[in-house]
Amino acid sequence: MKTYSLTDNYVHKFDPTKTEIGLSTENLQVFYGDNHAIFDGTLQFRKNAITAMIGASGSGKSTFLRCLNRMNDDIATVQGKIMYQDIDINTPEINVYEMRKHVGMVFQRPNPFAKSIFKNISYPLRKSGIKNKQDIAQRVEKSLRQAALWDEVKDDLNRSALDLSGGQQQRLCIARTLAMNPDVLLLDEPASALDPISTGKLEQALQELQKNYTIIMVTHSMQQASRISDYTAFFHMGHILEFDRTERIFTRPQIQATEDYISGNFG
Amino acid sequence: MEDIKRQLTHSSKATKQDRYGKAIAFFCTFLIGLLVVSILYLVASRGLATFFKDHVSVWDFLTKQNWNPSQVDKNGSPLVGALPMIVGSFSVTIFSAVLATPFAIAMALFMTEIEPRRGTKFLQPVIELLVGIPSVVYGFVGLTIVVPVVRTVFGGTGFGILSGTLVLFVMVLPTITSMYVDSLRAVPRFYREASLALGATRWQTIYKVVLRASIPGLLTAIIFGMARAFGEALAVQMVIGNASLLPHNLISPASTLTSVLTTGMGNTVMGTLPNNALWSLALILLLMSLCFNLIVRYIGKKGRMAK
Amino acid sequence: MNAKKIDKLATAIIGFLVGVVVLILVALIGYILVTGLPHVSWHFLTSPSQSFLKGGGIGDQLFNSLYLLVLTLLISFPIALGAGIYLFEYAPQNWVTSTIRVAIEVLSSLPSVVVGLFGFLLFVIEFKLGFSILSGAIALTFFNLPLLTRSVENSLASVPKLQREAGLALGFSRWQTVLGVIFPEALPGILTAIILSAGRIFGEAAALIYTAGQSAPILNFSNWNPLSPTSPLNPMRPAETLAVHIWKINSEGIMPDASAVSAGASAVLILAVLIFNFSARWLGNRIYRKVTASK
Repeated sequence: MKTYSLTDNYVHKFDPTKTEIGLSTENLQVFYGDNHAIFDGTLQFRKNAITAMIGASGSGKSTFLRCLNRMNDDIATVQGKIMYQDIDINTPEINVYEMRKHVGMVFQRPNPFAKSIFKNISYPLRKSGIKNKQDIAQRVEKSLRQAALWDEVKDDLNRSALDLSGGQQQRLCIARTLAMNPDVLLLDEPASALDPISTGKLEQALQELQKNYTIIMVTHSMQQASRISDYTAFFHMGHILEFDRTERIFTRPQIQATEDYISGNFG
Repeated sequence: MEDIKRQLTHSSKATKQDRYGKAIAFFCTFLIGLLVVSILYLVASRGLATFFKDHVSVWDFLTKQNWNPSQVDKNGSPLVGALPMIVGSFSVTIFSAVLATPFAIAMALFMTEIEPRRGTKFLQPVIELLVGIPSVVYGFVGLTIVVPVVRTVFGGTGFGILSGTLVLFVMVLPTITSMYVDSLRAVPRFYREASLALGATRWQTIYKVVLRASIPGLLTAIIFGMARAFGEALAVQMVIGNASLLPHNLISPASTLTSVLTTGMGNTVMGTLPNNALWSLALILLLMSLCFNLIVRYIGKKGRMAK
Repeated sequence: MNAKKIDKLATAIIGFLVGVVVLILVALIGYILVTGLPHVSWHFLTSPSQSFLKGGGIGDQLFNSLYLLVLTLLISFPIALGAGIYLFEYAPQNWVTSTIRVAIEVLSSLPSVVVGLFGFLLFVIEFKLGFSILSGAIALTFFNLPLLTRSVENSLASVPKLQREAGLALGFSRWQTVLGVIFPEALPGILTAIILSAGRIFGEAAALIYTAGQSAPILNFSNWNPLSPTSPLNPMRPAETLAVHIWKINSEGIMPDASAVSAGASAVLILAVLIFNFSARWLGNRIYRKVTASK
């Protein structure tokens, strides 16, 4: 296996006065026990854009993503700042339950609740205090439309979500997250369990969503990253080696490791 | 902006609920812990009174054969020799486990190695039913079938260790079987495949590979079965004859710790020596059950280290 | 003898031993049902027992068993649920947690007669509750708690971790996630565990002899005031259950038809256990389908 320098990196910095930032991290460090998993992760995510995170298995991209809404709290120690709306959300004072309504997450495998399609979305809404039935019905419809699922399920919203296909389930999970009105949407390899047609629909939906949300996604597929993302970060052994506009990463990468990875000469 | 900051840094209904929920859930858990501590404490304090308050020597209690707590011998010390009950309890426990083990092994092998699919489908309900039958029903059947049969075949009254063993055999069989099935299923598949691929017959594979790999599991299963037999009260009490004499053979009336407890507790007055002596028997039961627990833990630990 | 012959012989021996076990079960259940069922009649199930005369029934005992079962489940299920949730969801990995786990293990292995005697000492004597349904239900709760707690924990743990993450990622608290997401999906498993534990409670006698007592006072089934001593609902009255009744008439029975009555009562007990076993499976499946709204 080739070894690459872990200190040479090129991380593009936005000028906050010109570009709106949806979420950013400063010196994020993650430890699993004694195992140092993420080193010095400093990254900005542009608002209303899709940022893809790529890298080999075990490079730390999923760990990094899961830290952004504190899903790793139980299993890892996370140091450093995560800035959202000028608030560091990686402190003990933060009400993580409220924070996660602003920073939503969709997982690698679809995980709808064992409830009906409608209830999958209405239940979290009711739990967060929305009682008005009409309101709920409207938000259910809106989020299902946003996730490009409405036309397929509008006639049987009372069917069990578990009867849907994998791709539909994943879009339902996105709809469920969107219904909570988040600002930031975290996606952990959302298409890895899906067939090509479902993946296509999902990507379409994401590009539509980008207009209103800050989307951060981990992906294994470089084609997917190049197809739909605006920015791409390349992870290697817990380090962010390169971050830039997607077309630059895929056409003129600055770092040898990135170039080898995207051209298939890696490892 | 300030709004979001407030929202993110202040506790919400959800956090409060979570705190209350956690407190309630912890309280329930704590209650169980407290319960166990109080059982250990109360039974121990009652059981030890025989030795500390009534000054019976522990050695005499465990080794003397004469059990008649309301009377004293010619030296004025009470007749509380628990040896007959201890021997009775250990005999029925060991005999029933020895008798049940081959059957349990056969059942478990049948369910996992010989006919995994149909065997499980058919024998799983058999095991569950055997577990489900209440112990008084076992006792009743023992009384109406086992005791008369033993009487006809071996003579005597029919009550005794043999009858107790036969009844307990059926009661511990499902316990040993189901636990052993679990440990057989944990033997990795490739062990078997490797052995079969080398041309071994099914029995050679079972005998040389599967059985050996599952010995700690078998021991654990047997100990669990013995714990059940040792603590079983009513079924044994109904067929053992309830004579607190040291048994001379398997068909003379005998008694166990549990049988004396169930028949005696109602006839003694709290705080008197005869009553304290019974609590000492309960303490022995409790200590034995802790012992079985420790052995299982020890085997489990050793098994893990071997891997 | 060559390996093939040994293989055949071993298989035959195993088959024979299995056959013996199956035969024992069939004989056991067959015997109880054949000797017992002829005695079971509406009269037998509803009339009170007799001490010295023939023709007594098991009506009061049957009622006592059912009432005790309901009370025991009412007390033990909430505690087991709370403890199961704590151990599965909140318990940190430290010595307190592992001590509690050991304690639960110990409690589950204690002989039921010891648990019954503890109940006798603490509730019947110290707290002066006397031989009563309440004392019995508490003793049975002790006997039932460890297994039920473990089943609740296992059922919660059998729900995929992803479901938990789904709830948390939507801003649910852990408590909301457990109650709203995990619990409904674990419900079939939990219900099965409850019904199976009901079977064990129904047949248990050793823990009850010195807590719920061995006498069945005359009950007036038109009196439903729980405070009246003759009311069936009064939790402070002594109550001999069906299982205790079988034990009692066999060990000191003076009634002329003791073996007939015990055969009938045993048949009823066995039938109850069979019903509990089958309904556990059936209900588990049914509720799962209903909760998930699939057809």
